[in-house]
Amino acid sequence: MRRALRPLTRRGLLTGTVGVAALLATGGAGCGIPAAQQTGAGCVSEDLSDTEKKLAFSNWPQYLDVDDESKRPSLDSFVSATGIQVTYTEDINDNNEFFGKVQYQLSTCQSTGRDLMVLSDWMAARMIRLGWIQKLDPANLPNVEANLLPSLRDRPLDVGNDFAVPWQAGLAGLAYNGRVTKEIRGVDELLTRPDLKGRVTVLSEMRDTMGLLLLSNGHDPAAFTEAQFDAALDKLRRAVAAGQIRRFTGNDYAPDLARGDIAACIGWSGDIIQLGFDDDRIRFVVPDSGVLLWSDNMLVPKKATHRANAEALINHYYDPAVAAQLAAYVNYICPVQGAQEEMAKIDPELAVNPLIFPDDATLAAARVFMALDEQQERAYETRFQQVIGA
Amino acid sequence: MSAFAHLPSVSGQPPPVARPGRHRLLPYLLLLPGAAWLFLFFALPLVQLATASLYDPNDTLSTGYTMTWAFGNYPAALQAYWPQFGRSFLYAGSALVLALLMGYPLAYAIACKAGRWKNLLLVCVVAPMFTSFLVRTLAWKTILSDNGWVVGLLRDVHLLGPDGRLLATPVAVVLGLTYNFLPFLVLPLYANLERLDHRLLEASRDLYANAWQTFRRVTLPLSMPGLIAGTLLFFIPATGDYINAELLGTPNEYMIGNVIDSAFLVRLDYPQGAALSLLLMAATLAVVFGCLRRAGAEELL
Repeated sequence: MRRALRPLTRRGLLTGTVGVAALLATGGAGCGIPAAQQTGAGCVSEDLSDTEKKLAFSNWPQYLDVDDESKRPSLDSFVSATGIQVTYTEDINDNNEFFGKVQYQLSTCQSTGRDLMVLSDWMAARMIRLGWIQKLDPANLPNVEANLLPSLRDRPLDVGNDFAVPWQAGLAGLAYNGRVTKEIRGVDELLTRPDLKGRVTVLSEMRDTMGLLLLSNGHDPAAFTEAQFDAALDKLRRAVAAGQIRRFTGNDYAPDLARGDIAACIGWSGDIIQLGFDDDRIRFVVPDSGVLLWSDNMLVPKKATHRANAEALINHYYDPAVAAQLAAYVNYICPVQGAQEEMAKIDPELAVNPLIFPDDATLAAARVFMALDEQQERAYETRFQQVIGA
Repeated sequence: MSAFAHLPSVSGQPPPVARPGRHRLLPYLLLLPGAAWLFLFFALPLVQLATASLYDPNDTLSTGYTMTWAFGNYPAALQAYWPQFGRSFLYAGSALVLALLMGYPLAYAIACKAGRWKNLLLVCVVAPMFTSFLVRTLAWKTILSDNGWVVGLLRDVHLLGPDGRLLATPVAVVLGLTYNFLPFLVLPLYANLERLDHRLLEASRDLYANAWQTFRRVTLPLSMPGLIAGTLLFFIPATGDYINAELLGTPNEYMIGNVIDSAFLVRLDYPQGAALSLLLMAATLAVVFGCLRRAGAEELL
């Protein structure tokens, strides 16, 4: 006789249920996730920089200048000037992913093996809020004190400039491909113009997209109310429902825009500048209502044992000449004042590029997104994710 | 045991006694590595996941999560994301139908008709697996591009409107799923069809069955184990997939995998993510067992 599976008996079901419940009960008693919040007194980091000339530096791929022999000129000059051996790893590909990677160590006050890491402003805000980041010593950072761009000082995420120093910055604004559509000027146009229907992408990064939408409603992304957020979100929801928005993207909108599959998008200045080198009809637009300024920040995590070495490196990169060397390669907004003059010596064309050295008017119109606490972050992110479909 | 109880004993000697000691333990010792593996990498994570799904939904990272038997997480998650659930099964099901229509003839051709080309064809089926899943999916973006020749051709023959597109539609997602998981369907099916006894086909013809009847009454039933194995290997990962929906679709095509990804990594809503994962697992198991029960699958288990 062929019978596929033993039929479920009452006893089987009962045993199974009790077994699973028992397992869960033991699991539940032992598990749970402890509080991730660290305090200054509860998690002390010691600094061995005086005796160990070492530094482990984690960064994003292609975020450091490389010359033809695949050497790293700006980093090498640091190593030869200070004698500090830098282990440079490009192991950050995504803020959320990286958070998952270091979450366990940092929430239990253990070393991640990294002395310096570069994370986007909102992730930096979260880690600072959780008490996972070491306070920097301003005495070791004279170049930062002197040269940091004013718009990046005293940001909501780090009001006293104690924890985070920008590595590179950038703008989130609009972009279009002039080969397949005519010029675009504002966010409302992007979300409603009939000829763009189904050919628009928007960033899945809540802060960038919602920041621009808040600005287009005349609200300030650095200080908004829940009602204002909902109004902006409604605008986005209408555009999604109308089929205007094709996709929510990370960096991957760039090839689509280059091919012309999408005509216009919300995008990042650094990507658009790269596309612009190959095709001058792809342009970045600063909407009349304003743009969003984001930054990636250098952070020293708790339990990192080489804080002073890290500070030396941060200070090195705030030397205008070094900053220009880096900016000439990575093409993001350089957060260092005085680098523009140095850049003129390296590449005069880049020195006048408004996407690397924005003029004062653009910077004045640029806003940063509010620092959210965890409840706000989850509430807003959940609502936003629901609109973008995840 | 009882079935043999009525048989007369052949000889008066007692049955040989198993030698005591190590040999009786040997099978268990051999099982140990596998069992340890399963315990560490399957049972423990599963318990952990089940526990996480019962955390208090209002807990936050900074305060920590406590297990409060919050069974409400399940209905809440289902209520918020049932469209994505439905979509996962709908897309995976559609892709399965497409894959069966393509994969069965392919497996049959390789197994029975390819002759000396057999190995080459098999390599062709497996070769794409040597490149990364992501790269293969991204290649489909180029293939289905609005300005590509596929869409151009479809527009020219008026299968698509002048502004029609394939990318960022359910069609693209289903095609992507079909393509990406097709080898998982073809290979077990091929392994099964290769062992097909051709004498049975001859016998069928001798009994005046036509080609269709032979296929329907002989080949198909005989290939059932391969078909079921292939279907399961295709359907299970396809249901949980989120790369295709992410790269080839829009938010309107997001599947449950996308939601779980965002719950764990973006929204940090661990209870909900865990609840959704377990619901997906339960739904998939229900489908699988339904499938096995219908097919009578001792050969598989």
